[in-house]
Amino acid sequence: MARTPLLGLSAVAVSGSPNQSARCQAPRGSGGVSRVPIRAPGGVVCGRRDAGASGWVLRGGGGARTRCRPVRSWGSPAAAMIHSLFLINASGDIFLEKHWKSVVSRSVCDYFFEAQERASEAENVPPVIPTPHHYLLSVYRHKIFFVAVIQSEVPPLFVIEFLHRVVDTFQDYFGVCSEVMIKDNVVVVYEVLEEMLDNGFPLATESNILKELIKPPTILRTVVNTITGSTNVGDQLPTGQLSVVPWRRTGVKYTNNEAYFDVIEEIDAIIDKSGSTITAEIQGVIDACVKLTGMPDLTLSFMNPRLLDDVSFHPCVRFKRWESERILSFIPPDGNFRLLSYHVSAQNLVAIPVYVKHNISFRDSSSLGRFEITVGPKQTMGKTVEGVMVTSQMPKGVLNMTLTPSQGTHIFDPVTKLLSWDVGKINPQKLPSLKGSMTLQAGTSKPDENPTINLQFKIQQLAISGLKVNRLDMYGEKYKPFKGIKYMTKAGKFQVRT
Amino acid sequence: MAASPAYGEEKGGSSSLGEPEYGHDPASGGIFSSDYKRHDDLKEMLDSNKDSLKLEAMKRIVAMIARGKNASDLFPAVVKNVACKNIEVKKLVYVYLVRYAEEQQDLALLSISTFQRGLKDPNQLIRASALRVLSSIRVPIIVPIMMLAIKEAASDMSPYVRKTAAHAIPKLYSLDSDQKDQLIEVIEKLLADKTTLVAGSVVMAFEEVCPERIDLIHKNYRKLCNLLIDVEEWGQVVIINMLTRYARTQFLSPNQNESLLEESAEKAFYGSEDEDAKDAKAEAASLAKRKPYVMDPDHRLLLRNTKPLLQSRNAAVVMAVAQLYFHLAPKAEVGVIAKALVRLLRSHSEVQYVVLQNVATMSIKRRGMFEPYLKSFYIRSTDPTQIKILKLEVLTNLANETNISTILREFQTYIRSMDKDFVAATIQAIGRCATNIGKVRDTCLNGLVQLLSNRDELVVAESVVVIKKLLQMQPAQHSEIIKHMAKLTDNIQVPMARASILWLIGEYCEHVPKIAPDVLRKMAKSFTNEEDIVKLQVINLAAKLYLTNSKQSKLLTQYVLNLAKYDQNYDIRDRARFIRQLIVPTEKSGALNKYAKKLFLAQKPAPILESSFKDRDHFQLGSLSHLLNAKAVGYQELPDWPDEAPDPSVRNVEVRGAPWGAHVHGRAKVPEWTKCTSREKRKEKVEKPFYSDSEGESGPTESADSEPESVSEESGSSSSSGSSSSGSEEEEEEDEEEGSGEQSEDKEEEEEKRPKRKEKEGSQKAAPGSAGSPSEEEEEEEGAKKAKKKKAPQGRKGRAETSSEEASASESSSSGSDSGSETEAKRRKPPSSRAGPKEISLLDLDDFTPPPPQPVPSSSIVSTSLVTDLEGLTLTDTSLAPALLSPAFGAVRTYELLHRMAGEGLSVEYCFSRRPFPGDPHMVAVQIQISNNTDAEVKSLRVSEPKPLSGMRIQEFPEIERLAPGDTASVVMGIDFCDSTQAANFQLCTHTRHFYVSIQPPVGELMAPVFMSENEFKKEQEHLARLGEGKLTGMSEITEKVTLPEKCRSDHAIVQQVTSAANVGRVPCGADNEYRFAAKTVTSGSLVLITLERREGAAAQLTVNSEKMVIGTMLVKDIVQALAQ
Repeated sequence: MARTPLLGLSAVAVSGSPNQSARCQAPRGSGGVSRVPIRAPGGVVCGRRDAGASGWVLRGGGGARTRCRPVRSWGSPAAAMIHSLFLINASGDIFLEKHWKSVVSRSVCDYFFEAQERASEAENVPPVIPTPHHYLLSVYRHKIFFVAVIQSEVPPLFVIEFLHRVVDTFQDYFGVCSEVMIKDNVVVVYEVLEEMLDNGFPLATESNILKELIKPPTILRTVVNTITGSTNVGDQLPTGQLSVVPWRRTGVKYTNNEAYFDVIEEIDAIIDKSGSTITAEIQGVIDACVKLTGMPDLTLSFMNPRLLDDVSFHPCVRFKRWESERILSFIPPDGNFRLLSYHVSAQNLVAIPVYVKHNISFRDSSSLGRFEITVGPKQTMGKTVEGVMVTSQMPKGVLNMTLTPSQGTHIFDPVTKLLSWDVGKINPQKLPSLKGSMTLQAGTSKPDENPTINLQFKIQQLAISGLKVNRLDMYGEKYKPFKGIKYMTKAGKFQVRT
Repeated sequence: MAASPAYGEEKGGSSSLGEPEYGHDPASGGIFSSDYKRHDDLKEMLDSNKDSLKLEAMKRIVAMIARGKNASDLFPAVVKNVACKNIEVKKLVYVYLVRYAEEQQDLALLSISTFQRGLKDPNQLIRASALRVLSSIRVPIIVPIMMLAIKEAASDMSPYVRKTAAHAIPKLYSLDSDQKDQLIEVIEKLLADKTTLVAGSVVMAFEEVCPERIDLIHKNYRKLCNLLIDVEEWGQVVIINMLTRYARTQFLSPNQNESLLEESAEKAFYGSEDEDAKDAKAEAASLAKRKPYVMDPDHRLLLRNTKPLLQSRNAAVVMAVAQLYFHLAPKAEVGVIAKALVRLLRSHSEVQYVVLQNVATMSIKRRGMFEPYLKSFYIRSTDPTQIKILKLEVLTNLANETNISTILREFQTYIRSMDKDFVAATIQAIGRCATNIGKVRDTCLNGLVQLLSNRDELVVAESVVVIKKLLQMQPAQHSEIIKHMAKLTDNIQVPMARASILWLIGEYCEHVPKIAPDVLRKMAKSFTNEEDIVKLQVINLAAKLYLTNSKQSKLLTQYVLNLAKYDQNYDIRDRARFIRQLIVPTEKSGALNKYAKKLFLAQKPAPILESSFKDRDHFQLGSLSHLLNAKAVGYQELPDWPDEAPDPSVRNVEVRGAPWGAHVHGRAKVPEWTKCTSREKRKEKVEKPFYSDSEGESGPTESADSEPESVSEESGSSSSSGSSSSGSEEEEEEDEEEGSGEQSEDKEEEEEKRPKRKEKEGSQKAAPGSAGSPSEEEEEEEGAKKAKKKKAPQGRKGRAETSSEEASASESSSSGSDSGSETEAKRRKPPSSRAGPKEISLLDLDDFTPPPPQPVPSSSIVSTSLVTDLEGLTLTDTSLAPALLSPAFGAVRTYELLHRMAGEGLSVEYCFSRRPFPGDPHMVAVQIQISNNTDAEVKSLRVSEPKPLSGMRIQEFPEIERLAPGDTASVVMGIDFCDSTQAANFQLCTHTRHFYVSIQPPVGELMAPVFMSENEFKKEQEHLARLGEGKLTGMSEITEKVTLPEKCRSDHAIVQQVTSAANVGRVPCGADNEYRFAAKTVTSGSLVLITLERREGAAAQLTVNSEKMVIGTMLVKDIVQALAQ
């Protein structure tokens, strides 16, 4: 057993690197700082690192330790893609760190904090921050910053897309992705991260494979585990990674075989003051929830596939088939997934389902302003518009608003100046309206800008583009699945300028 | 305890970083209230026998690591558990080990042997994970072990393990860059891998270790292009980026000859002049060498194969393709990426941020591309500021005469935004539009002047600054505006704006001669209350006025300078002193006084308002360096297009019909022959059948000749049946012997010369080869014609009277007569094969793993076209003697005959080449691959003392005289196994040693495929069934139920699995769910018929009909196993 390591040792001695090994062992001794001058190569590099940082970077406790490690990778340009990951909460605490290569001191995050301070809002923190020796790439989701540390050239989208995938995975695992949830499940999180990256390069990012490797915690399983002492780690090996359809688990079994598809379309629009459409486009997705036994091979066809102008697919979709026949043919992943996102060609005029009548005015002389908006249905193909929600960011000068809605509830937050009005359903006979006055800060002149109105709404059983699924067929399995399809139209980024 | 002081440090350090929060962290439960005790507790738990306790301890330790706490003092306790049976404990130990091994190197070594054992595990997943952890431990001492492990894993059977090996390469490289050369060898080998699983990872390794070795890509280029769509998404990104660089070095610019007319027309309007000049030069240059541009098919291949990936859901992949198109595609085609990029704008804001940066760069070069999507860049009030500013940038870049009015209208709404940074950026953008588009300059200027009365100071100030820049372009026409601005000094308080106004008035004081002194008067009054930059500009204005209009402003200037003299700011005091000396003539003042006017009132060039994204495209788009506009560590420059395209033939890969195809020795010769064959392709259909056959019979000396045919065969790899006719060969052979005896002698002479020539001329393959061959070809052609005339009738006759006995009889006799020349030929072979590696060192595989066996240079390889020809012959009247088919191409498995260790450096592998053994059709050809891993020459390698069981015969391979160190030789021997799976034992001798070895054939290798039609198949099957009835049912028919695994349900997979398990030929079949295969045992020639009938779902039924019951039973077992894999 011990023979081979010895062999290794002798080999090293022959190749003449005992120096190197001595250098590596040194940091284990205490008082690393005082020894820096002896280790010239490492020391020089690290000295620069510290010089580059502002003085208080040094307070990072790991400083001495980091410095002592021979930073050999600096000699060569090669380095891993994603070196480390730090999770930072809204108050600026690093509550999780994971390193895929040598440890990067968390003091590197100080650069991030600096940038965070400079940016007024969280979403204005630049996603890419260069520091003297690293690059920090971050995404901000669920009030958590996911900060990846990289050391060398890498396509930034590669890292950003990966980080989003990490967040999606967490969400998939724990239902929500919050600081508390991550802290509670820190071991699972760690195991998942370990599987997702190898040496900084993505390894298993399909949630189906990950779930096979590490089972997501459920309440039931936690109870069972504590009783039986079994574990979350799957005892199977990740066979999925070897399969030709890496996105699908093997040996899936259901008693009720069902496949549901939701066609969800979102309208992005900017409406002019006068009510004319400046820009409007439809972006749609087909989300699927497929619970089918075995290895089903599905084909989904549309009545009017020509509508789809630009599409992007889940990797399971056979692109050739789409190109030639405009048919979606795929072996689906197990569970929930996004099959397709599409964009409806701009030539088709977009029907705008709602309109907003507004009258917002500030008077120069008085400290009062008038506020009145009415929402009404426009082209809804006979369906009801529901879940209507109006939000508007009022100018800073507005102190308060006294409003009365004809239906629904409204809130005005005098601190953030955000007005939101939860309208609910629109009744075409009696259009909902919100009327009242605004109190302006005394002494200041009237704000020269009017607020924009952001609108949210939903229309069930309607795909506003007119897209229709023709049929869904299954091959490869014998049973008859239950199939369902649902359409919905939603407001995406729907803005009315006033 | 060495680690404890460090531990204290660590703790102290992190406590300053938001420590309080950990106190109420539920998971930590106040671990640090009593650190050392708690750690003792953990140690105890780790030492216990209960897995659950260990697990609990490991979980707590991992939680500590996750929060950045130091747990290194637990190393000894943790590392003990590395061999723990519990899989979760094990995983967590791995996590710990990878984190701390670097700090505890000595102790980490204790774990190494566990991984080494894991590397030998029969389960591929365990091998992979062992390699993964082993390579993640950053302990320099184990570098040699890692190197060895990587090398072994790189030739592992499992693609998953190979993938892991590829991942391990950069790890090792970053640990010890001295290993580079060896690692490059491994990379080279893995690059040749054909599985999608490996491709992404190995290219990643390539990029990290040796991105400069672009030459390694040549041979793999087409394969990578073709595999691309099936590679996992992260790998796609890496491959696409690498191929972009590759293409830039290998192909010509697709836009070089494109007429620059439309673009330069546009430029003439808006472009700056020097740019035009540059363009003109470029145009002249390109005109000079204009010649019809034809895109390299490989270039086209890349563009075609990446295009579908624009539809990927992964933003990084889309971006990668977009940049590839931007950098590589002809101008007319680049447009396709716009749509996909615009789609990405719907994604998360970070993605938008990166995409917009790239769009901004692209929109400068290719404005037309994004114009249709102008509205997608309109700004919403909810966008984050950084996104707004980028969108503004894009909108500005897209502005042209036709859309400027819409854009300006849009800008007007932006100016009213609440986000002041954004408003400022908008005003700047308006300024840029005004400079770029002459038509709207006045409109913009008027608009900006209107903004001067805006209530918001910031807006006004920004406008003033922009107006100042605009006015600088044509000041004379705008004295009105300057006057207007002069009035503003009463109201505007923003220092920058005031300073700008003062500068303007000073600069153009001759245009406003009346106002300027008045402004100075006012400013002198308020001088003491101004901001510093304003004061400086007041001094500046005073100086200029003094020089141009000293009558009116002399006293004012004196006054201002005096005020400045006692200012608190030393800059201002300095400036005042300096200016006074310069402009006010005194007796002491120096020579500069005379030039004061020139100094102050020189023509100042107008500032150029241009995008900060201009010229950023010299960085590869989508890269970090591009985003930062600075070279990032490890950035690979995007090379410029070459002027002359490098030789495109470097990418030619001879994919042989046979799966073991690509091989050094074969390839070394190939180029010269591909030329001939391609030249002769048109004739090939007629002549090949004959000369290839005749060659075969006149002696395998022709081995070298027949190879190129195997090359041309590649196209029909799936259906081709190279050696369709060992049956018919025999017949022809007779013809040959009488017909072309003379000729074949001639040829033999030729042949003798040729290898020598080849050796000499080594690497310059093409020329001598093609020069030498035509005459031969002609000769052969002649011969072939002769033979054809004679053969046709005789062949018929021969077949008509076919009885298998007769065929075998003539066969054996001929094999005897041929054997002489055959051995002679083989003896000549080794030298040439040794020359191989030297000729193309690029292709040389590393010597650790024997290269895949070389195809037997057998004579009976026939082109596809021939097969069809022959089919016509055979089908008509030979229902009873179905023609033998060439092997179906499945994966060929190699077996080890002699391990490197056992063979003292000599390693021998063998495989069943599935080609008829040239000497004797009753023998199974065994391809033997001998590599010499010692550092001494091995001499006189031969087979001796074959001890075959009764009836078994062994045809030894000719003695190999010498095998240089590091060299590999490949030979063929024939074994007649008598249709049994008994092993053939013999001795392998070198000049010093004897090794006892044995070859045991899988049952599937004891047969050769047969071609037959569906009807024949049915007839034979019935016949066999009837035979069975006579005796006991089931004697000649074995049926087994099979469950097909998911991945083995496609037609292709099934056929492949069956053909890989047995050397059978597929029989066409009418029914969808049935697969039929037929073969004949090699020795006795009895038919083996396989039917696989797919039932519903995964179920299937396998039926094998054969007289040989044992063979049938074993075959069923093998096929079932293969299908279940």
